[in-house]
Amino acid sequence: MARSLLTAPRWRSPLRGPRFTAVLGTVLLAGVTVLFVTGLVSYASYNPDLARVNDKTPGKGILGFYLFSWPTDPPWLYRLTQGVHVTLGLTLVPVLLAKLWSVLPRLFTVPPVRSLSHALERLSLLLLVGGALFQFATGILNVQLDYVFPGSFYPLHFYGAWVFFGAFLAHVVLKMPVALRNLRAMRRREPEEPGDLVVPDPGAPTLTRRGAFGLVGGASLLLFATSAGRSFDGPLRQTAVLTPHGGPEPGTGPNGFQINKTAAYAGIRPAETTAEAWRLAVTGRSGTVRLSRAELLDLPQHSAALPIACVEGWSTSDQWWRGVRLRDLAALVGEEEPTDVLVESLQRRGAFRKAALRANQVADPRSLLALAVNGEDLSPDHGHPARIIVPAAPGVLNTKWVARLTFGRL
Amino acid sequence: MLGSPFPLLVLLCSFALCGYAGVRLLEGDWLLVVLWFAGAAVLHDLVLAPLYLAADRALLATAGPRRRWVNHVRVPAVLSGLLLLVWFPLITGRVSERYVRVTALSADGYAARWLLLTAALFGGSALLYAVRVRRGRRRPPDPG
Repeated sequence: MARSLLTAPRWRSPLRGPRFTAVLGTVLLAGVTVLFVTGLVSYASYNPDLARVNDKTPGKGILGFYLFSWPTDPPWLYRLTQGVHVTLGLTLVPVLLAKLWSVLPRLFTVPPVRSLSHALERLSLLLLVGGALFQFATGILNVQLDYVFPGSFYPLHFYGAWVFFGAFLAHVVLKMPVALRNLRAMRRREPEEPGDLVVPDPGAPTLTRRGAFGLVGGASLLLFATSAGRSFDGPLRQTAVLTPHGGPEPGTGPNGFQINKTAAYAGIRPAETTAEAWRLAVTGRSGTVRLSRAELLDLPQHSAALPIACVEGWSTSDQWWRGVRLRDLAALVGEEEPTDVLVESLQRRGAFRKAALRANQVADPRSLLALAVNGEDLSPDHGHPARIIVPAAPGVLNTKWVARLTFGRL
Repeated sequence: MLGSPFPLLVLLCSFALCGYAGVRLLEGDWLLVVLWFAGAAVLHDLVLAPLYLAADRALLATAGPRRRWVNHVRVPAVLSGLLLLVWFPLITGRVSERYVRVTALSADGYAARWLLLTAALFGGSALLYAVRVRRGRRRPPDPG
């Protein structure tokens, strides 16, 4: 018999069945929930409700209902939540693919539509499967800087997450009872009931279910083991052999740690950052002052040990930053009370060349306009002449090559 | 036929949320976004899955009735294929130029490291198979 896409393939694997699907589904239920929550946390960490420059999704409406002032404690907060988000996402790829494999026969259900409910359920499954694959694909491409997706990553991944989660919720509500029943029966070692996922005339088994779970788990472990290391420095980072920002550090010495965007890529011209040319403009209640780098070095210098943590999921351990406290700079222009600040960079491209920080971030004594790191002047790639460093803030809000600070309520 | 009311209500509620986010998702280049969204599902269901199913069937057909070694090919193939699927932009070098300019890191070696990992996976699997065969020869055949 000739087989086309429209006739169902003959399913043979004796592995398929409601229990196999239930186990994978339960893992995904937990995993996807963590992905969704850490994703929402990352969205909140940008403080999109603070200023237009921080908000890549101004039309979000009620989807920003939960937003809160992003804290500065613990300082490793974003490093943890975003590391979990990206590393867990990578680790779940095999589970997602195995889950989709386990329910493939349902795609070819005959008749394709039994009732209005059934038709809507199938439409919902398109949103579920399309949404899951869309989210995984955009995330995985974005961490590799492969910007082929149709538009800016932030709105696509944020709104895509909500579309997916809408379908995911319905799927959980409708399928959870079946999954739980199957898991309970499995624990009682009862025989599997026949159902549409159980193949009626299976081929000879070539892999046990235990073996199949082992393969999925092993594949997850492999993805985890080759990517988790990029949240650490030194030998651990070397273990992330196929992952961006894995492997060796970009340089040696105090400025040798990971770089999000190089000065050359950001369009920084060496001539604008020389001691003669560069001035920091600080504006507040009492007007504007212009400070050279030497004048900044004459202000009280403070230290803070803080990590760099990127939305792409990689991070560094604490670096020892030294510079002027943001709240001291605010006081210099007459802002004695904690207030927000708009930070502008010399950089010519990048979605966050202007970024806003909230009063609680400015007020933190560890929030610096850093001039040095690990005992040496900042290198051009780490933001020379001066950069922002704020505890727990996502990397992109730690603006490099700062040119202007405007304190005041935003 | 309507079907049962509870699933219907759950689905309608879900569609409302998907719709609310969906119109925002489609604010940009809506046609391309729809293509990506639906295309991801179609690409998986009608291209990727049939391809790996066909490859597996070909493998089983080659193996014939003696299927003992099949999983020694399957497992490393799945693991290596998965790494390629996830990291193909870096492995194929399609983002190398940008990666170097943006991060000051080297983009060389992703393909080499993937090939080495693949070699290690297949090599390890072959070694395991050899050990199994030797043990099988020493011991009387398993009655199961």
